[in-house]
Amino acid sequence: MTRVLDVRDLRISFPAPGGGRFHPVDGVSFTLDRGETLALVGESGCGKSLTSLALLRLVPPPGRIDPASVIRLRDTDVLALEGEAPRQVRGRRIGMIFQDPMTSLNPVFTVGDQIAEGVRAHLRVTKAEARERARGLLQEVGIPDPAERLDAYPHQLSGGMRQRVMIAIALSAEPEILVADEPTTALDVTVQAQILEVLDQLRRTRGMAVLLITHDLGIVAGRADRVAVMYAGQIVEEATTADLFARPSHPYTQGLFASVPRISGPVQRLTPIRGTVPPPTAWPTGCRFRPRCPQAFEKSEQPPELLPVGPGHRIRCWLAERAAAPSGSATR
Amino acid sequence: MIADLLRAAWRTPGGRAGLVFLVFLVLLALLGPLVLPDPFQQFDLVELQSAPPSGPHPFGTDQLSRDVLSRVVNGARVSLAVAGIAVALSVTLGAVVGLVAGYLGGGVDAVLMRLVDGAMAVPRLFLLLVVLAVASRVPLAVLIVLIGTTGWFATSRLIRAEALRLREETYVRAAEALGASRRRIIFRHLLVNTAGPLLVAATLGVGDVILLEAGLSFLGLGVQPPTPSWGGMILDARPVLESAPWVGIFPGVMITLTVLATNLVGDALRDALDPRGA
Amino acid sequence: MRRWLLRRALQSLVTLAVALVLLFLLMHVLPGDPLSRLGEGRPLTPEQVQALRDRYDLNRPLLAQLGSFLGGLARGDLGVSIEYARPVTGLLAERLPATLLLGGVVLLLNFTVGLWLGVRQAVRRGSAEDRWLTTLSLAGYATPSFWLGLVLAWLVGVKWRLLPPAGMRDPLLEGGTLTAMADIARHLVLPVLTLSAVSIAGTMRYQRAALIETLRLPYILTARAKGLTDRRVLWHGWRNALFPVLTLFGLWLPILVTGSVFVESVFAWPGLGSLAATAVGNRDYPLLMGAATLVAGIVVLASFLTDVAYGLLDPRVRLS
Repeated sequence: MTRVLDVRDLRISFPAPGGGRFHPVDGVSFTLDRGETLALVGESGCGKSLTSLALLRLVPPPGRIDPASVIRLRDTDVLALEGEAPRQVRGRRIGMIFQDPMTSLNPVFTVGDQIAEGVRAHLRVTKAEARERARGLLQEVGIPDPAERLDAYPHQLSGGMRQRVMIAIALSAEPEILVADEPTTALDVTVQAQILEVLDQLRRTRGMAVLLITHDLGIVAGRADRVAVMYAGQIVEEATTADLFARPSHPYTQGLFASVPRISGPVQRLTPIRGTVPPPTAWPTGCRFRPRCPQAFEKSEQPPELLPVGPGHRIRCWLAERAAAPSGSATR
Repeated sequence: MIADLLRAAWRTPGGRAGLVFLVFLVLLALLGPLVLPDPFQQFDLVELQSAPPSGPHPFGTDQLSRDVLSRVVNGARVSLAVAGIAVALSVTLGAVVGLVAGYLGGGVDAVLMRLVDGAMAVPRLFLLLVVLAVASRVPLAVLIVLIGTTGWFATSRLIRAEALRLREETYVRAAEALGASRRRIIFRHLLVNTAGPLLVAATLGVGDVILLEAGLSFLGLGVQPPTPSWGGMILDARPVLESAPWVGIFPGVMITLTVLATNLVGDALRDALDPRGA
Repeated sequence: MRRWLLRRALQSLVTLAVALVLLFLLMHVLPGDPLSRLGEGRPLTPEQVQALRDRYDLNRPLLAQLGSFLGGLARGDLGVSIEYARPVTGLLAERLPATLLLGGVVLLLNFTVGLWLGVRQAVRRGSAEDRWLTTLSLAGYATPSFWLGLVLAWLVGVKWRLLPPAGMRDPLLEGGTLTAMADIARHLVLPVLTLSAVSIAGTMRYQRAALIETLRLPYILTARAKGLTDRRVLWHGWRNALFPVLTLFGLWLPILVTGSVFVESVFAWPGLGSLAATAVGNRDYPLLMGAATLVAGIVVLASFLTDVAYGLLDPRVRLS
C-alpha cells in the first residue's frame, strides 16, 4: 500500500485569553494510504477541523503549528514549505470540501467559473480547456446537463447539487487526497447518502485517499476503511471500521455508541455521556476523558498513551493494559 | 445593558479617549462659565482690538475684545445642549416609528416607509434651509425642534429592521400567545432589545447635529447672536482670518475634537454590540 | 427583470413626489409666508407687497399652490427667482456644471483613493498603518467642511499664495481654451481637497468594514483551499464587498450635496451649493425651492441607478 499522507504529533496552538497558549490539537498522528478512506470522528470542539486545515497550511492566525509536528505528503515535508510552495499543495495535492455548500460557494461567480478557476490555478490549460474539464467534472459528480449547468449560479442549485459542485471544485486540480469536512451535515438525509456515494465512487475510479471528517457515526459505517476517534485534541481510539463497530474499546467511543438511538428494539431513554466537552483552554489533567468516564480509576490521573487492544486497534486508555486479547495481539 | 455597553466601550483605547474627552467637555461646559470671565460683558469699548493668545487670554481675544476661551466654553454649552435635546427627540421619534412600522407591518409599514423614503431623498441640510429661509432667526427652542424632527429617518429604518427580526423571536411569540397588547409588546419587549442600536444611533447622532448646527450658524441661520455658538464664532472670524487667525481656529478645533470623540465612542459601542466580537 | 426595473422606477417617482410635497409643506410650516421678510430693508408699499404676493401665487389656498407648483414642475417651469428676476430653471442650469465638475472630481477621488485605502486597510487589518489610517479617517469625518475650507483658503491661498482661494476663474486671464482649463483646474484644487477630506474618510471606513466582513465568509476559505493566489482570493472578496460600496454611492450623494453648500460658499465656487446658500440669505423662496427640488431629483435618480447597478451585478437579484 502506498502511503500518501503521514501525520505525526501534530500540535496547533492559539494564544490564550489570559496569556500563554493552549492546544486545541494536541499530538495527533495518523496515516493515509492510497485508495483508502479514513474517518476522523469527534464532537465539535475536538479539533478535527483544525487538523484538516493544518494539512493545507490554512490554520487561521493567530494559530500556529508546532514546529515539532510532521506532515508528510509522500516525499514532501508540508510544514517546511515556504513562499508560494504551500499554495501548490492546496487543490493540487489535497482537495478539500467544506460543510455548508451555500456559504462555501461564491454567490457572484458561476459554478463553471469557480471550477475552471481551480483548474487554471494549477494546470497549464487554456480557458476553453478548463471549461471543458469543468464540464467533465460536473458530469463525474453526477450533475445532469453539465454543459448547461456551467453557467448557473450557486443559488440556482439545490443543496445536494451545490455539494456536488464543491466536490468538483475540490477535484479540479486532480489531487490525490480528498479531505471532506462534514460534507453531509448541512444536507437532507436523503441527499446525504447520494453525496457519500459520489465520494466513494470517485475514490474508486481515481484511486484517491479520502479523509472523512464527521461527528456522525452512521455515515462512517460502510464508507470508511479505518476510523480515528478524537476527543479533546487527541486521538483516543483508532481501528478498522469493522473492529470499531464490533468492539468499541475506549469509554468515550462506547459512550458514543450507547447514545445512538436504535430503530430495532424497544424505545428506551437515551443514554448520553454525562458531563460536557471541556473547552480547549482548560483540558483536564491526566486522562482528558476522566471527569466523564464511568470507568475512571487511579491510573487515569496520568495521561495515557495509545496502547494496543487488538490488531491495528489502539486506544488512549490505561484500561488497555487490562484487556489483553487472549489470542495475543499482533500489533502493526 | 447600557451600563455593560459603556463598560465595553471604555475598554477600547478609542472609546476611552472619546468618553474622557466628552466628560471633560461636559464638565467644562457646566462649570466653566462660573470661573471664566463672562463674554457678554467684556467689551472694552476703548480698545476694540483682537489680541493673540497670551497670559490672561489663553485663546486670545476676538475683534470685539472678547475672550475667545470663554466664548468657546459658552459655545460648548449651547452646542451640547442643542445636540443633546435634538438627538433625544430624533431617537424617540425614530424608535417609535420604526417599532410601529416593523412590528405592525402591512399597510402601516408601507405608508410609513414611503414617507421616510421621501424625506430621506432630501438632504437634511436642505430640509432645514427651506424652513429657515422662510422664517430665519428662530428662537433656540424652535431650532432644536426643527433639527430633532429632521433627524429620525435613518434611525427609524434601522429600528424597523430590528423590529422585523425581533418579532419572530420566541419570547415575542409567547407574549402574543398570552394575549399581551400590542403596545405592551412594543414597549416591554421590543424597545428594551433595541436599546443598544438606539444608543449607538444617539451617540453618532450627536456628532452629526453638532456639525449641522455649526454649519447652520455659519450660514447665519442657526443659533443667533449674541448667544455664542461655535459655528457663529467661525462666521464672525471670517473677516479677521488673516489678522487674527486664532479667533476662527479654536472653535473649529473644538468642533472637530468633539465630533471625533462622539464618533469614537459610537464606534466602540457599535463594536461592543456586535455579537461576533473581535 | 424589466418588470422589476419598471416597478423600481415607479417607486422612485413616488418617493420623489413625497419629497416634493414635504418640501412644499415645510416651506409653509412656520408662521409667516415666504414673502413676509421681503418687506424688510426694502421700501415697498403695502400695495406693492400685495402685488408681489399675487405674482408669486401666495394668496391662494395651500393645496392650490401645491398643485400649480407640481403642474409647473411637470412642464419644466420652476417659477421665477425673486432676487434675480429670472426663471429659476435658467439659473439652475447655469450653475449646475460647476457643481457637477466639483462633485464629479470628488466622487472620482472617492471611488479611487477612498476605495483603495479602504481595501488596503482591510487587508492589513490590525497593522500600524491600519490604525493610523483609521484615526485619520475619523478625524477627517469630524472636521466641519466650512472650517476646513476657510483654513485651507487662508493658509494656502492667502498666506502662502500657492493656489487661488476663491472663485472658479481668474477674470483677468487671457489666452485660449487650454489656459482657461488650466486656470479652472488651479481653482478646483482647494475646494476638491476640502470636500474630499470629509467624504474619502467615510468611504474608507465603509469599504474597510465591508471587505473585512466579506473576507470572513466561508467561500473565501474555499478559494484559499483551491490554491488561488492571495490576489485572486482578494478579488473573490472584493467582488462581493462591492455591493455595500454601491449602496455607499447612493448614501454619499446627499452628503456631498450638503458639503458642497458650505464648500462652494467658502470658496465662492459658482455652483448650485452657493446658489442655494445665497437664495437662503435673500429669502428667495422660488429659487430655493427649485434648488431643493433639483437636489431631491438627483438623489432619487442616484438611488435608482444604484439599484439598477445592484441588479446588474448581483446574480441573485438579476435571476430571481
